[in-house]
Amino acid sequence: MTATDYAIDVAGVTKKFGDKTVVNAVSLQVRRGEIYGFLGPNGSGKTTFIRMLCGLLTPDVGTGTCLGFDVRTRQRDIKRHVGYMTQRFSYYEDLSIRENLDFIARLYDLPDRRAAVDHSLERLGLVNRSRQLAGQLSGGWKQRLALAACLIHSPQLLLLDEPTAGVDPKARREFWDEIHQLAADGLTVLITTHYMDEAERCHRLAYLAYGQLLARGTVAEVVATAKLTTWIVTGPGLPPLAAALRGRDGVEQVVAFGNTLHVSGRDAAKLESVIADVRAPTHEWTCVRSGLEDVFISLMDGAEDNFS
Amino acid sequence: MNGFAFHRLWAVVLKEFIQMRRDRATFGMMIGIPLLQLTLFGFAINSDPKHLSTAIRAADQGPFARTLVAAMRSSGYFNLDHEATTEAEADRLLRLGEVQFVINIPEDFSRRLLRGERPTVLLEADATDPAATGPALSALRALSDRVLDRDLTGPLAPLRAKAGPVDFAIHAHYNPENITQYNVVPGLMGVVLTMTMVVITALAITRERERGTMENLLATPVRPFEVMVGKILPYIIVGYVQVTLILLAAHYFFNVPMLGSLPLLYAVALLFIAANLAMGITFSTLAKNQLQATQMATFFFLPSILLSGFMFPFRGMPAWAQWLGSCLPNTHFLRIVRGILLKGNGLAEIAPEIWPILLFLAIVMTVAVKRYRQTLD
Ligand SMILES: Nc1ncnc2c1ncn2[C@@H]1O[C@H](COP(=O)(O)OP(=O)(O)O)[C@@H](O)[C@H]1O
Ligand SMILES: [Mg+2]
Repeated sequence: MTATDYAIDVAGVTKKFGDKTVVNAVSLQVRRGEIYGFLGPNGSGKTTFIRMLCGLLTPDVGTGTCLGFDVRTRQRDIKRHVGYMTQRFSYYEDLSIRENLDFIARLYDLPDRRAAVDHSLERLGLVNRSRQLAGQLSGGWKQRLALAACLIHSPQLLLLDEPTAGVDPKARREFWDEIHQLAADGLTVLITTHYMDEAERCHRLAYLAYGQLLARGTVAEVVATAKLTTWIVTGPGLPPLAAALRGRDGVEQVVAFGNTLHVSGRDAAKLESVIADVRAPTHEWTCVRSGLEDVFISLMDGAEDNFS
Repeated sequence: MNGFAFHRLWAVVLKEFIQMRRDRATFGMMIGIPLLQLTLFGFAINSDPKHLSTAIRAADQGPFARTLVAAMRSSGYFNLDHEATTEAEADRLLRLGEVQFVINIPEDFSRRLLRGERPTVLLEADATDPAATGPALSALRALSDRVLDRDLTGPLAPLRAKAGPVDFAIHAHYNPENITQYNVVPGLMGVVLTMTMVVITALAITRERERGTMENLLATPVRPFEVMVGKILPYIIVGYVQVTLILLAAHYFFNVPMLGSLPLLYAVALLFIAANLAMGITFSTLAKNQLQATQMATFFFLPSILLSGFMFPFRGMPAWAQWLGSCLPNTHFLRIVRGILLKGNGLAEIAPEIWPILLFLAIVMTVAVKRYRQTLD
């Protein structure tokens, strides 16, 4: 695989604000046409990392390319070919949908501007609302507008920063269908999210906490590298059982899911010995594949021990 | 400018126009402020005050002197309610502000008039407030030529010389520049433009930053210079609307003479408007939020009104204030407007006032472009 097969290829990227290291030596490769999920708790440096990719911030340390352009020196070229959807809605609320799109289209000097605007209105189902002021739109429609606007210049790479925060499930589903369609057409997408179902819809994932890249790969790979064992318990009197388990050596997470309890830990042997202690015939215990959420929480707890 | 593209500049201009149209409150302010200022400075502060206290020190009480005094009284501007017998007494009245004027009629007034020697009547004026004394002084000038025509008949008729039989020497105290009534309204043009243009653009970039739209703008290929100029151009038109409003008011309500070329005035106004807009843009790249930007604009506005020669006569200020005033575009614009309107100055006469504005514009614009960050670092 040659370097240009990667839409994003950076190594050792570091960014400090004052003496606080917000992104610490992150290396990341994203293949062209891939949907890459970027996860991590708030304040872990996801937004900062994305800003370095699209030329809004310069890395303090580290090298790499975005669409084959050096992230340090070719920021102007990068801007031309990247669509960046900011975490906070950042179009003009006092402009209508069409005016916003038209403004962006003019900035990129699209050859057939009118057609491009019409086309993007159509594709995102915004035709009937094109005269509405952006400020009057609901969260879901704002998100559609933002997506339409960052696609208007036919970018090769889409950077989406928490695009579905505050959007209802149906709109989220439609949004993801659209993303998959775009990826099928060859667009590369890097997307940050807090939703596990969305993470599962990505081709590959990276998990960032406290500026450190803790895990990356496909969902299965991420789950496998975490080496987390999870047991599911069903039966009566789960709350006292949960209390008994919490804090025991080897038990890292005890989470209630409806009528079940998920108990997980990284050391399978220790966990099993604790379970043997509390096990009663009234409860049914099953060992399952750890979920992504369990894995991420475990990763974050581990990182907390290491970095704070 | 490397990489400058007209289409991107134009995109910003169009966007600003739409936003300006939607923002009714700001638009109203831009029209409202000139009207408010005109009312305050033009009407409320009476531009044609009459019945001003006047002391008379007449060493000659002859018929000619009496005619002169009567004419002054009937002009309506002079209230001859004080009499001074000595120079010291007259001085005191003037100094204390008891009277606005002292008229000194010399001892040999009648004798010299009859000899055709154009005797000098000295009029001392407290000109601290030029708006108060100006109209009276111009009335006096007009009256001096004709006042004695009725008395100078028959054999005395030849004394009606072209230059007027009496020579009025006007001694304006406390105000070496001797500013006339027409000073205020043309001066308002620079003041109004400074006030509105700087504020409006001071908010331009900070607003984008506060609303989060800046991040988006930075992620597109648009260049700093294009954003700056794109934000300035629409407001030049607003500035022109203000200039026109003030000129109309100056002409129709305040009867300000317009001796010079209006196209020339409009051309120079462009430069001045651009300088103020650029100043605002610079503030807006320096300010952290909109409040700070507004404060900076006020900070700039105050010296522009106080040290430019609008409020106080420029030459009457201490050297440091004059020096500071010379750095401000309003100081030069004020002279240009007064020069063109009141003195009929042409390009040659105003040229020395143009280049300081140009220099100011160049410096401020450079700072703005340098300060406008292309990244969020
Ligand atoms: N411009 C900045 N100056 C100083 N600190 C910043 C700046 N931008 C982000 N940070 C800090 O960096 C950390 C990471 O922020 P961010 O990249 O937004 O995280 P995330 O997007 O993962 O929530 C936060 O603690 C934030 O306060
Ligand atoms: Mg973020």
